[in-house]
Amino acid sequence: MSEGIGAPVKRKEDKRFITGKGKYTDDIRMENQTYAAFVRSPHAHAEIKGIETSAAEGMSGVIAVLDGAQLTGDGIGNLICGWAISSKDGSPMNMGAWSALATERVRYVGDAVAVVIAESKDEAQAAAEAVEVSYNELPVAANIAAALAEGAPEIHENAPGNVIYDWELGDGDAAEAALAGAAHVTEMDITNNRLAPNAMEPRSAVATYDDAEDHYTLYSTSQNPHVARLVLSAFYQVAPEHKLRVIAPDVGGGFGSKIYIYPEEIVCLWASMKTRRSVKWTAERTESFLTDAHGRDHVTKARMGFDADGRIVGFKVSTRANFGAYMSLFSSAVPTYLYATLLSGTYDIPAIHCEVLACYTNTVPVDAYRGAGRPEASFVVERLVETAAREMGKDPAELRRVNFVKEFPYQTQVTMNYDSGDFEGNMNQAMEAADWSGFAVRKAEAANRGKLRGIGMACYIEACGIAPSAAVGSLGAGVGLWESAEVRVNPVGTIEVLTGSHSHGQGHETTFAQVVAERFGVPLDSIQIVHGDTDKVQFGMGTYGSRSGPVGISAIVKACDKVEVKVRKIAAHLLERNPDELVMEDSQVKVPGTNKALGWHEVGLAAYTAHNLPAGMEPGLKEGAFYDPENFTFPMGCFIAEVEIDPGTGKTDVVKFVASDDFGVIINPMIVEGQVHGGIAQGVGQALLEEMVYDDGGQPVSGSYMDYTMPRAEDVPSFVVEHHNTRCATNPLGIKGCGEAGAIGSPPAVINAITDAIGNNDISMPATSAKVWAAIQASGTGIAAE
Amino acid sequence: MSTVSMTVNGKAVSADVEDRTLLVDYIREHLRLTGTHVGCDTSQCGTCVIHVDGKAVKSCSMLAAAAEGAEVTTIEGVANGDLHPMQRAFNDNHGLQCGFCTPGMIMSGIDMVNRYKAEGRTLDEAAIRHELEGNICRCTGYHNIVKSIAQAASEM
Repeated sequence: MSEGIGAPVKRKEDKRFITGKGKYTDDIRMENQTYAAFVRSPHAHAEIKGIETSAAEGMSGVIAVLDGAQLTGDGIGNLICGWAISSKDGSPMNMGAWSALATERVRYVGDAVAVVIAESKDEAQAAAEAVEVSYNELPVAANIAAALAEGAPEIHENAPGNVIYDWELGDGDAAEAALAGAAHVTEMDITNNRLAPNAMEPRSAVATYDDAEDHYTLYSTSQNPHVARLVLSAFYQVAPEHKLRVIAPDVGGGFGSKIYIYPEEIVCLWASMKTRRSVKWTAERTESFLTDAHGRDHVTKARMGFDADGRIVGFKVSTRANFGAYMSLFSSAVPTYLYATLLSGTYDIPAIHCEVLACYTNTVPVDAYRGAGRPEASFVVERLVETAAREMGKDPAELRRVNFVKEFPYQTQVTMNYDSGDFEGNMNQAMEAADWSGFAVRKAEAANRGKLRGIGMACYIEACGIAPSAAVGSLGAGVGLWESAEVRVNPVGTIEVLTGSHSHGQGHETTFAQVVAERFGVPLDSIQIVHGDTDKVQFGMGTYGSRSGPVGISAIVKACDKVEVKVRKIAAHLLERNPDELVMEDSQVKVPGTNKALGWHEVGLAAYTAHNLPAGMEPGLKEGAFYDPENFTFPMGCFIAEVEIDPGTGKTDVVKFVASDDFGVIINPMIVEGQVHGGIAQGVGQALLEEMVYDDGGQPVSGSYMDYTMPRAEDVPSFVVEHHNTRCATNPLGIKGCGEAGAIGSPPAVINAITDAIGNNDISMPATSAKVWAAIQASGTGIAAE
Repeated sequence: MSTVSMTVNGKAVSADVEDRTLLVDYIREHLRLTGTHVGCDTSQCGTCVIHVDGKAVKSCSMLAAAAEGAEVTTIEGVANGDLHPMQRAFNDNHGLQCGFCTPGMIMSGIDMVNRYKAEGRTLDEAAIRHELEGNICRCTGYHNIVKSIAQAASEM
């Protein structure tokens, strides 16, 4: 089928975006709308001594100036982290109180203290600057080392030493014993740099309170509007769930940063009730840097042991994770169940142990960002394996080959059970596409031009399809991680699919429709995907963790199963045949080998006229399903990066990048490849360019596009993206998920290539020109090349 | 306050605006043409690119008053009925994902093709990547944006 599974169908949703008709939250204007501007802390850590609002209140256009005392006085609850992690000793994590508007203390630069509601944006901003907040500055812990140092300032009273939890996974004694008996041990200190997600659309919210109905409506840049409604209702007590509608219209990218429910949405809803006016807030980019949850920020010590044949015998990892000033919604799960559980990588490792110490600092909260824990794990594993190969004088590809998991299912020592894969197959495909064996010639040619050329590989694995509800529940998750779908066949045969997944660039309106078109043999254009509105769609869990394919589509398949049963019964009844004899194709329900057939629309009409249905059958043709995955899915792949470095400047060019991924069954290869391209660019950005920098006083240094280096078109090459897929064994269509892979596998591939080129393994991300140049000086390779 | 008059997408428009009003705010908030976006506050991201008198301009870096008498084209006005070849190329090549940077990319793309054609220069992949310095995309990794602009360049 040209429109079905596996077809590179052009996207249905494109037309509105390419003609400027997309509808993003900031494009919405409510009647009688006001604007919110937040008063934010300029200090990383301070006591609030007083808030003087009278000057602001007297300014032109100002409707209200509201602060944290009023917010808490109205019973609005604190923000929460929804995943409870316990320390080694069984004690619960130390979650500090986080009010949407700070009351007694501010804990990071950008912490909201008050809000001005005014008739225009300019008036709101001008008045916000006139709000006088007096502070008593406190000592600051701006990074992990400062927060965990002896005598560090205490950021939350209930978190002694700024420790949130001290957690572990795996068998420490077994790992230590294996390392003690190893023929070779590779030991590394690894930093995973702090990143700002930077979806191109800044966060925005428009809240409206209808006092006649006591009902709230929130338009929001959300990846998961139902979860937003649940949290706003159950925890923040902004409005009861049945009196709150959350709509996430077109959303301009998320990458994790739009999962969470932030103070601004809470305050806009509350302020709309206080003022009886619609309230809009849209972040400026600087505000995005100051308030969007950041990603990564790990410091790790790791030791990997090998026997004389190069087999990995044991692996010990100790990680310190920066959570920022407050625990964001998913933060606690990222360095634990999304990180430590992937430390077996693509390898058969008999003993693994990981401990994670999570701490507060006076910085923006840190949470899941594209890959969330899995890029950190992949970076640790793939840097160690590569380094070990060099130390032992082994070919890095062959060392990986010796250690690959080769039989499935495979139970790792860190809870995950890999269902499928052909890791060698992906590596072989990538090596061939990259002309691995011809590298020496290219290196020599580059040297003739005065360039240092290096090649680096990474074989990542990740866990997607998040997640089996009972499993995550037992690990502390506050929610189930199933997905829902409803398939409505209209009386005229057109189909609406309501999904709890949310599309903010992933192309669901096309791929989800492809699945249904193939299933029922109907045209793609007859199918409409509905998402992102809690008033339209049954409860859903939203889009993150590459879950929309493996979990969201599985729910649609399950609902289609139920529709198909009813379609067959109705058609069999009308055609006087057995339901099992019928086939659905070419917009008909047919009896094969005969000319007996009903149009698809005739079946739909029959279901709704209900004049002649099988005895006892309810009218209508609409079915819903909730799909709870039985396991995570495990996309994996082999990435190979080739770089050229100018030894005179340290400037690194990624000249070739090859990916061979295993995503299971692919619905739309064009869209899947696009996901990989974007992920690789983010990973190359992390490896070479991006870092969210705070000075020791907690002031953000890279808080704009003048300072934070986003990857531009010239910073990346065209990518070679190939697939060597094995079917996922645990969901109906065999889908593994593809949204994060590119960002997971690319940082280690790039850094392995750079360290190969310069002959110095001591380099941290981002490998800026200055760092690479210094590393070249330290190793002397630059002089040799010249 | 000043009265400004200009032609936007072929239509004469006139309004009283504050002197500090940026052209992008005039377009989005006064004319309600919301296809032109705002993605940063430092003139880096390029989501606000429009054409002023036939040249690509970041409409966040120009005052509405400075566009007095100008001929302005936004993403809503690039096509005559059907899609512009640059718009079609973005659809053909999956040159967009979330769509937020897309109007600016299309406006920059059209401008660069026009300039290179006028100057008789070849717009190859390296040139396209160089010319996209002022437009940031976080979704596509630029791969398919480059392909889209290359296709449109061969058709325009």
